[in-house]
Amino acid sequence: MTGKVLTITSGKGGVGKTTAVANLAVALAADGKKVICIDGDIGLRNLDVVMGLENRIVYDIVDVIEGRCKTRQAMIRDKRLPELFLIPAAQTRDKNAVSPSDMIRLCDELRQDVDWILIDSPAGIERGFRNAIAPADKVLIITNPEMSAVRDADRVVGLLEAEEKSAPSLVVNRLNPAMIKRGDMLSVDDVYDLLRIDVIGIVPEDENVIVASNKGIPLALEAKSRAGQAFRNIARRLNGEQVPFLDLESQGLWNRISRLAGRR
Amino acid sequence: MMSDSSLVQIKGLKDGLLVTLGDAAWPVLQEALLNRVEQQESFFKGARLALDVGNQILKTAEMSALRDTLSERGIVLWAILSNSPTSESTAQMLGLATRIHKARPPEVQAPKSSEQDGALWVDRTLRSGVRIEYPGNVVIVGDVNPGAEVIAGGSVIVWGRLRGVVHAGAQGNREATVRALDLSPTQLRIASEIAVAPARRGSPKPEIVHLRDGRLQAESWTPG
Repeated sequence: MTGKVLTITSGKGGVGKTTAVANLAVALAADGKKVICIDGDIGLRNLDVVMGLENRIVYDIVDVIEGRCKTRQAMIRDKRLPELFLIPAAQTRDKNAVSPSDMIRLCDELRQDVDWILIDSPAGIERGFRNAIAPADKVLIITNPEMSAVRDADRVVGLLEAEEKSAPSLVVNRLNPAMIKRGDMLSVDDVYDLLRIDVIGIVPEDENVIVASNKGIPLALEAKSRAGQAFRNIARRLNGEQVPFLDLESQGLWNRISRLAGRR
Repeated sequence: MMSDSSLVQIKGLKDGLLVTLGDAAWPVLQEALLNRVEQQESFFKGARLALDVGNQILKTAEMSALRDTLSERGIVLWAILSNSPTSESTAQMLGLATRIHKARPPEVQAPKSSEQDGALWVDRTLRSGVRIEYPGNVVIVGDVNPGAEVIAGGSVIVWGRLRGVVHAGAQGNREATVRALDLSPTQLRIASEIAVAPARRGSPKPEIVHLRDGRLQAESWTPG
């Protein structure tokens, strides 16, 4: 097996990177893939909390890189999905404890026996971000339909272009169709208009995301959740399936979105 | 073989170090620099480094590899100074500065560039965080996104949407102009005058901005 390394990043903080990583990981694993998540936010870890695995941490990524344990020992198996693992970040160190070449080495080792390696990038464009993108085969940029988040996403796209990474895909998270209708929120079209990168997912705003993250049970596990469905669809698209975008609003939006998807 | 010290010259700046590389192949220079860093580990640790690479033409991979290697040794590479436009634009793509104040003599007042003088040709969209500086005219085939900056000694043409900041005639040329297919900049400057674009009037059309009576004025632009 040669697994793919997928890095999820955004530039801006708080747009839903960690939520996306947890949900995509769960969705991919539920689909029968073997998945390892790596929390790249050393010093401010929380992927473990969102996945509900915090109390099982013994070793972390810095222990692996500094040779205090075997890679396998730092891999925490998910409670629900036996093919899902997490390598948590260290909470008591900082981003400089890991280098881009350490990340490449670690991913090359893990690649041998998984389908997907998902890396949760910290916010920002400094060392932690560079660590997270160094090993990436594919990058997902998460943004919210709001100006400041889109600006930061644009900066990140530029940096990825400079690093000569393959073109990233975009997930527009926390879309609120009612607000767009009132003209109070950027539409997916507006976001695409600036960033001009492939849109791989549109996730509606959903209060349950917060509830789920507090409980440590990613929404993608809940069949009825719209946001969970959106993440499951993204996971299927990552595996090469053609999946239509969710109809977030009965008229209008779907047409615009399908037009968007057809554009590239 | 030349000794490392003649290839790697180090000078203290107010806020960091300026390292000037001598003339040799890039792998040799890089090794010389890293040797120097290793020998004087504690001196370099935590330093902000500006690197003058002279005439070296550096590709993205080379520059980002060096930046990462330095960063693994606790050194922040923040600027690349170069005589090569290729290396400069590589540095700008990576978000590194290409000027440090006062380390180089200020640019000689560029001769007033006429529109026929040739130009820097930029064949891509400039995204947020990219800054292009050029003493002459600049042509951009692509958009200038919000958060991107173009600073030109001469005129600027954007064959696309101009939504970031453009400064034409940056060294004082009041004859410089700015043209774009869709002109909706965050801010425009010509010479010492600054203007903020008015709200969009109708659908986008090509426009040209001149400096007239101390004010920036836009009118429709019909190429040819």
